[in-house]
Amino acid sequence: MTSMVGAAVVRKEDPNLLTGRGTYVDNLQLPGMLHMAFVRSVEAHARVRAIDGTAAGAIPGVLGVFTARDLPELPPIPTAVPGLERPSLARDRVRFVGEPVAVVVAEDRYLAADAVARVAVDYDPLPPVPDLETALAEGAPLLFPEHGSNVYTEVPPAGDAEAELAAAPRRARLRLVNQRCAPAPMEPFGVVADWGPKGLTVWASCQSAHFVRGQLSQLLAVPYRGIRVIAPDVGGGFGAKQSWYPEYVVAALLSRRLGRPIKAVETRSENLVAMTHGRAQVQDVEVGFDDSGRILALRVMVTQDAGAYPGDAVGLPMLTMVMSAGCYRIPTVVTGYRAVATTTTPVAAYRGAGRPEAAYLIERVVDLVSDETGVDPIEVRRRNFLPADAFPHTTHLGFAYDSGDYDKALRRLLEMIDYEGLRREQAARREDPERPLMGIGFSTFVELGGVGPSAMMEGLGMLGGWESARARVNPDGTVTLAVGTSPHGQGHETAFAQIAADVLSLPLDRIEVVHGDTDVVQEGIGTFGSRSIAVGGEAVRRASLRAREKATRVAAHLLEAAPEDVELRDGRFFVRGSPDRGLGWEEVANKAYRPTQLGDLEPGIEVTAFYEPSLTTCPSGAHCCVVGVDRETGRVTVERYVGVDDCGVVINPLMARGQVMGGVAQGIAQALYEQVSYSESGQPLASTLAEYLVPSAAEMPRFELDHVETPTPVNPLGAKGLGESGATAAPQAVVNAVIDALSHLGVRDLQMPLTPERVWRAMQTATGGAV
Amino acid sequence: MKIALTVNGRHQELEVEPRLLLVHLLRERLGLTGTNVGCDTTSCGACTVLLDGQSVKSCTVLAVQADGAEVTTIEGLSGPGGGLHPLQAAFQRHHALQCGYCTPGMVMAAVSLLAEHPHPTEEEVRRGLEGNLCRCTGYQGIVDAVLEVARSGGGVEP
Repeated sequence: MTSMVGAAVVRKEDPNLLTGRGTYVDNLQLPGMLHMAFVRSVEAHARVRAIDGTAAGAIPGVLGVFTARDLPELPPIPTAVPGLERPSLARDRVRFVGEPVAVVVAEDRYLAADAVARVAVDYDPLPPVPDLETALAEGAPLLFPEHGSNVYTEVPPAGDAEAELAAAPRRARLRLVNQRCAPAPMEPFGVVADWGPKGLTVWASCQSAHFVRGQLSQLLAVPYRGIRVIAPDVGGGFGAKQSWYPEYVVAALLSRRLGRPIKAVETRSENLVAMTHGRAQVQDVEVGFDDSGRILALRVMVTQDAGAYPGDAVGLPMLTMVMSAGCYRIPTVVTGYRAVATTTTPVAAYRGAGRPEAAYLIERVVDLVSDETGVDPIEVRRRNFLPADAFPHTTHLGFAYDSGDYDKALRRLLEMIDYEGLRREQAARREDPERPLMGIGFSTFVELGGVGPSAMMEGLGMLGGWESARARVNPDGTVTLAVGTSPHGQGHETAFAQIAADVLSLPLDRIEVVHGDTDVVQEGIGTFGSRSIAVGGEAVRRASLRAREKATRVAAHLLEAAPEDVELRDGRFFVRGSPDRGLGWEEVANKAYRPTQLGDLEPGIEVTAFYEPSLTTCPSGAHCCVVGVDRETGRVTVERYVGVDDCGVVINPLMARGQVMGGVAQGIAQALYEQVSYSESGQPLASTLAEYLVPSAAEMPRFELDHVETPTPVNPLGAKGLGESGATAAPQAVVNAVIDALSHLGVRDLQMPLTPERVWRAMQTATGGAV
Repeated sequence: MKIALTVNGRHQELEVEPRLLLVHLLRERLGLTGTNVGCDTTSCGACTVLLDGQSVKSCTVLAVQADGAEVTTIEGLSGPGGGLHPLQAAFQRHHALQCGYCTPGMVMAAVSLLAEHPHPTEEEVRRGLEGNLCRCTGYQGIVDAVLEVARSGGGVEP
C-alpha cells in the first residue's frame, strides 16, 4: 500500500461544503429559538449615563432589553492584567466603538435589529485615545484611571546594547508600523446557546470547543459535565475565533432566563468592530553592522497597541521579541515591549500572532543593511544565516529553535526565479519611461509552529500545550478517530485520516474523523499556532499505533501466534514468513468484539493517546515577490510571487499549498491594502467590507510554490506546521520589493499598507516631483 | 405580501414582509441554508444565487423583487442524488475551498460567469469573480477550477 502521508489527496470535507450542506452556526434552527443582538457603543470613550429600552421593549415580538444591571449574574471577562476585567456588557463606561452596552432578544433577527435601533443610550463623552501617540502622551486621558497609566504591561530590554551598537562600524535605525488588521473570516462570529434542565449546550463558531467549555465552566461556575460545546463547520477564524467574546455568556444566561434557545450572529459591520483585530505594533529598531553586511547588534523596542482591554495582545509582543533575530546569527540582541491601552477594538491573535511582526522587522532590517552597504540582499542574508549545523539554536531569550536549513530553501528559490534575469529586466525597465518600475523583494523567514509545550501554554491561560486523539476500530474494520483539535477550514478530516491510514494500513475511505464536540471527543486543546498537524497529528499517530498493537494481539490470538511474530501489511495481519495465512482487518475487528473467541483478551479496540511536545517547532522558508509600480499613480501590482517553504514533512501537498497560498494572500493584503484606522474621535474608518479592502481574485497573483524538507526532531512525524507561514513570509517580501523598485530614487522606507497614494507621495518626495 | 416564485425547480407561494431579504427567504423560510451571508454591503458575494439565470447577491434583493422569478441556489445545482456539478467537482480537485463559507456563492458566480463567457482567459475569470471574496485560498484553486471546466467545455448550464 502506498504511503498516504505525502499524498496529494483531495479533501473528504469538500462534497458537503460544495453542495451547501455546511453546518455553520447560523444554519442551526432550533424549536422556539430566539435572536439576540447587542446595542453597541457609538462612542470611543464615554460614561454611560442612562440606557432606556422602553420603546424597544414595546415592539411586539421583542422579549426584552437587558443591561448589565438587569443581569447581575453576568461575569466579566478575565484579562491578562488582574483588576482590569472586561465587562461582558459595559456598566458605567465604554472604551471602544462597538463595545456592547445592552442586549435585546426578539422572535426574529429583523425584530432584534428594530429593537436595537430603538434603545436610547445617553453617553457623557470622555476624551478618546485613538492611537499610541495619544495614549503615551504626558497627561493622557486614562482608560483605567485605577491602573494609573495607559501602559498595561511592560517588559524592558535586558540592557540597551548601546556599547555593541556603538562598537559596530555602522549603525542605522528604523521605525516600523505593523498596522492594525481585521482577521475578517468570511463567516462572522456567532453562537447558539440552549440552557435547559439537562444543562447548557453551546454551538459556537470557534477554534476550540474544549477551550470554550472550560471558560464557560469557570465563568458561569457550572461543572464541565453540565456543559456541551459544539464547533460545527467554522467559516474561517485566523486566530480571532480563539478570542473570548461576550456573546458566550450573555447568550447562555439569557437562554437560561428565558427558557428558550438563543442565537447571536454578528453582522459584518459588527464583526469589523467587535472581533479582535491583529498586528497593531510600532517597532523602534536599531541595528549595528559592518561593511560586509554582517549584523553585529540589534535593539528592538515594540510598542503594542492592545486596544480597549488587555487581552491576548499583551502576549503578542512576547512572541515578536522571541523571533526578532529571525533566521540570523546576531551576536547581541536586546528586545523589550510595552502593551498600551487605546480606545479601540481589543487586539489579539491574527494568523501568525506576533511572529509576522518579527519577520517583517528583521527582514526590513536586512534589506536596510543591504541598502546601506551595497551588498546584495541575498548575500547579506547568507552572511548572517544560522548555519544548518547550528541547531538546536538558543535565542537571546533562551528560546530553542528545533531545526532548520535556511540556505536550502533560498537555493531552491533562486533556482525558481532567475535572479540575474530579473535584475536585468529591472535595470531595463528603469530606463524605459513607458514601463512600470520593477522591484524584487526577498523574505527569508522563520516562525513558530506546533505550539506547545504545556509550560508555555499554561502561561497564556490555556489548559496545556498537548493534544489528544482517540482511535476506535469499529466491528466492521472501519475506524473512527476523535481528535482534540477542531478545524476552521484547514482540512483535519483528511490530513488526520492520512496519518492514521499509514499506521493502520487502511484505505482513506475507511477512516472517519470527528471533532469539535465536547460530548463526543475527549478533552483537547484546539487549533491555533500551527499546531494541528505537529501536535494533533502526532497524537493521531500514537493513538493509531496503540490501536494497531491491540489489533495485532487479537490477530495473534486468532492465528495462534505470538504478537511479536504478527505483521500488518496491505490491510492484512499474518504470521511473519506465512503471508498466505492471514486475516483481514474486517475479521480481526469483528472478532475483537466477540469475547467468546478472544481467550483472555479484553474485548474492543479503542484507545486514546495524549501527546505533549517537548518543544515548539520552527517552520521557515524563502519567498520572493516581484512588483511593478506605476510611475504615474503609485499603484503596485504583484507580478510574480515565488515561495519555498520548509515545514518539515508535508502530510498533504495539495493542502500545504493551500495553506501557503491563503497565508501569502493575507500577507500581500496587509502589505498593499488592509488597514483598520480610526478618526481622531476614535471612530473606526473601516466598518464594512466596502471600506476594509479584503482583496479579490483580480488583485492576487498566480503563486509559484515549492517545498524543501528539514524534518523536526521534536515529533516522529517530522512535521512542523504551516498554517501561519504564508502570512509571516509575505508582507516584507512585498514591501522590500516596492522599496527596491524605488531605491534608485532614494526611497528607503515605506509603511504598510502601500496604497497608491503613499507610494506616489514617496516618489514625489524623493524626486521633488519629477518621476 | 404574497409572492410566487420557483426555487430550484419547485414552485413556491409565500406570504412575506416587504422588507424580507431574498437570502433570508431562502435560508429561514425555505431551509436552503447553503447560501451564506458574509456581509451587509453587497461586498463579499457569499450569498450569490441565480435569479432568472443571472447571478445576484441575495442579501441585497428583496424577496418581493423575486416575485415571479426563477431562483437557483447551490442546492439546486446538481439534481437530487446527481453527484457533483462539474464546477463543484473541479473545486474539489483544485482545492478551491478551505472553510467553505464563500464556496456556494463562489460556485454560483462561476456558473454565471461561464454561462456568459464560456471561454474566458485567466484575467477574465479573475475579473469576473471580483465580487466574490474568499479569505482562505488566495483564489488560485478557484481560478484553476473555473478555467479547467471552461476548457473541458461542458456542463456549465445552471
